[in-house]
Amino acid sequence: MSGISQSIPKQDTAGKTSGEALYISDIIIEGMLHAKTLRSTQTRALIKEINIPELPEGYYIVDHKDIPGENFVKMIFEDMPVFADKTVNYYGEPILLVVGEDKEVVLDLINSIEVKYEKLEPHYKYSKSVIHYEYSKGNTEEAFANAVRTINREYTTGYQEHIYLEPQGVISVYEPNKITILGSMQCPYYIKNAVVQVLDDDGSGVRVQQATTGGAFGGKEEFPSLMACQAAVAAVKLKRSISLIYDRTEDIETTTKRHPSRINFTAAISPEFKVEAIKAHVSLDSGAYIGLSGVVLQRAMIAASGVYTIDNLKISGDVYETNSVPNGAFRGFGAPQMFFAIEMFMEHIAKELKYNPFEFKLSYVAKKGDATSTGGRFRDPIILKDMIHKAWDASDYQRKTTEFSQPGSNRGIGMALFLHGCGFTGSGEQKHIKAVVRLKKNSNDTVTILAANTDMGQGAATTLRKIAAGVLGIPIEHVIYNKPNTDLVPDSGPTVASRTIMVVGGLIARAAKDLRDKWEEGKEILVEQRYKQPEYIEWDDDTMRGDAYPAYSWGVVVCEVEVDSVTCRVDLKGLWSVYDIGKAIDERIVIGQIEGGLLQGISYGMLEVMECKEGIIQQRNVTDYIIPTAADSINMYTYIMDNPYPLGPYGAKGAGELPLVGGAPAVAIAIENAIGKKINKIPATPEYIMELMKNG
Amino acid sequence: MADIKFKLNNEKVRLNRDPTMRLLDILRDDFGLVGVKEGCGEGECGACSVLVNGEVVSSCLMPLGNAAGKKIVTIEGFKKTKRYELLHQAYEDEGAVQCGFCIPGMIIASESLLNKNPHPTEEEIRDGLSGNLCRCTGYNMIVKAVQLAAERGDGLW
Repeated sequence: MSGISQSIPKQDTAGKTSGEALYISDIIIEGMLHAKTLRSTQTRALIKEINIPELPEGYYIVDHKDIPGENFVKMIFEDMPVFADKTVNYYGEPILLVVGEDKEVVLDLINSIEVKYEKLEPHYKYSKSVIHYEYSKGNTEEAFANAVRTINREYTTGYQEHIYLEPQGVISVYEPNKITILGSMQCPYYIKNAVVQVLDDDGSGVRVQQATTGGAFGGKEEFPSLMACQAAVAAVKLKRSISLIYDRTEDIETTTKRHPSRINFTAAISPEFKVEAIKAHVSLDSGAYIGLSGVVLQRAMIAASGVYTIDNLKISGDVYETNSVPNGAFRGFGAPQMFFAIEMFMEHIAKELKYNPFEFKLSYVAKKGDATSTGGRFRDPIILKDMIHKAWDASDYQRKTTEFSQPGSNRGIGMALFLHGCGFTGSGEQKHIKAVVRLKKNSNDTVTILAANTDMGQGAATTLRKIAAGVLGIPIEHVIYNKPNTDLVPDSGPTVASRTIMVVGGLIARAAKDLRDKWEEGKEILVEQRYKQPEYIEWDDDTMRGDAYPAYSWGVVVCEVEVDSVTCRVDLKGLWSVYDIGKAIDERIVIGQIEGGLLQGISYGMLEVMECKEGIIQQRNVTDYIIPTAADSINMYTYIMDNPYPLGPYGAKGAGELPLVGGAPAVAIAIENAIGKKINKIPATPEYIMELMKNG
Repeated sequence: MADIKFKLNNEKVRLNRDPTMRLLDILRDDFGLVGVKEGCGEGECGACSVLVNGEVVSSCLMPLGNAAGKKIVTIEGFKKTKRYELLHQAYEDEGAVQCGFCIPGMIIASESLLNKNPHPTEEEIRDGLSGNLCRCTGYNMIVKAVQLAAERGDGLW
């Protein structure tokens, strides 16, 4: 690939291969104390009494009574406390910190604290709805009234844990008039806004500085705000810097995960044997606090018709609160659950109606100008059919489908079609985020990017510079990007929702164009850009009607598997995928995103098992929560299409989440075709496959 | 407490410490060698990999006492070598580094692999790196980086 897509070395590789890059657990602040969290051992209970042993000198307790401001972590809903006060709502909920110099002593003190509880009846099932949404398109009732038959199926998806290789951690650095939060994070301003509220600060006393971040995948979107609030309260109380760093077990047991879901579909089949209407209901398990669950639900619901144009839809969904660890953001944000379900449902309808699933799906694929699920418009060219044919040819799909359907074959091949809405849902960018980006031209003619977006491994430190350098026509070495510090950069919004390149990169490109026009050698110049929603976008939050996203990225994944006829173990045999992300800003970085994301999606579909029994997560480390190794992965054939989006920088749309979304349905369909039994849940583990083989 | 002597990154070191302490903690806290990362603490992820007499070992599982008399090399020692330079360049050229947290351990595992088998097949590389978890890359760019280093470093291993 040429032009902007031509790959360049990443800015941050040298420090990472040599071990010099400092992650949060590598940073030592003089006089820093270590904190450890005392956690609830009940899933739902009143705290009756906390017996704390006599503390040695230099050891302290920090709890809800020490919070100068409000005891809530600022998010969409203010329901999650910083420290539990009178009640605990999940096993592992933080109650207090023990703080001191020696980690061993801190740990001994934690173990000697006794908490007396009065147990309350916990909820674990999809029974207590805390959020309900619905929307409709067309006339579903009429379609059902005229249907010659209906097809109903239910799909379930499990938890997924991020397993960013670096566990969560923050340090609150104390200075008399300033608390600095250093940490592993995606969203510096989310943390700042949360800490300011907890400390009752006017904003000037809190600064957030990202440390090198060892992977995030959504897991470091909202969760770090909780840890930062706790560490900040401790620093203010003790007038000392505080380090709060989790080990893997604490991280797995107590941080957010992908929401388990249950999705029910009913299709109305017309006399012409077409899908005339779909009704769907989505259930998400939020865990004990709502957090971002409502937004995750919206994104799942909006994806209910997949990449297909279905004229009549009635979609509803509920977030159910349960007394278990809160679930939250994870790459894909509701879409992986729904795309597994809708891709299986379309496959299953085709098989029920004796259609070829491939041709059946192809006949419903959305075209430019079609109405989206929520009644918006697909305004930009859709090249999905070309992509499907590319994947079809590359994978030798037809021959393999025929060959693998012969008796005795234990191979299967499956294709998943998917899209991902880029950026925030609806008018979120305009209403809530209001991104601001600045470029500062320095007197030595270098240019500094001033934006709050983080590089957590996905390459933003390279790609954002590349966009600025490209538009300015200066060497990339003259463009400076530093890890964000909220005292120095404006709020360009969180590093989430596949928005960093399309939205923030777009603002950087516009600012660079402005700066290019104003360029004067040797002079300092500051330019600024603010996000403006495209005028044609209309969205109603209450009815969920209108354009849910400004743009869509598209993907096709073909997966080939072999299922061992005795052990039911699944081996990957081939992976081909094709993407329309507008334009790749650096091809190699994009392929890195694709390969990593696709493997996460595949293993979500077949490998990663996390169970919650009576409110307690059963997996405690990477010894029992299994993710793929190099030996489980295979070479992938990846094609990136060119379909520039007029409002994206160089035509780029979102790319970060998309590749994960197609993995689970592709592998599930491949397994289904290998074993000849319908897959209704993921992960499709050997145990589940064996059960299907026995009982059908 | 025990008097423990070993060679760390080519220098003789001597400590009077509890021999049951994890080598990982000694390396990070006593010697400031923070390129050795803790990813899981159970010997499963490989982020804390070091070379012990040339073999890749998870330092979170190794008690300090077992280091006595051995040659220990961390990424900080290894980075001064020509082999590191080749591996670094290959990782960079293949785009094998994303968040980077697994990478020092991955480089150490790559060195150990190439040391035993200077011209590994793709399958041997996948097996050789299967003790090191990476969540970002899907591994293929890392596998290609090791292949590339093996090609470029012909005769060096």
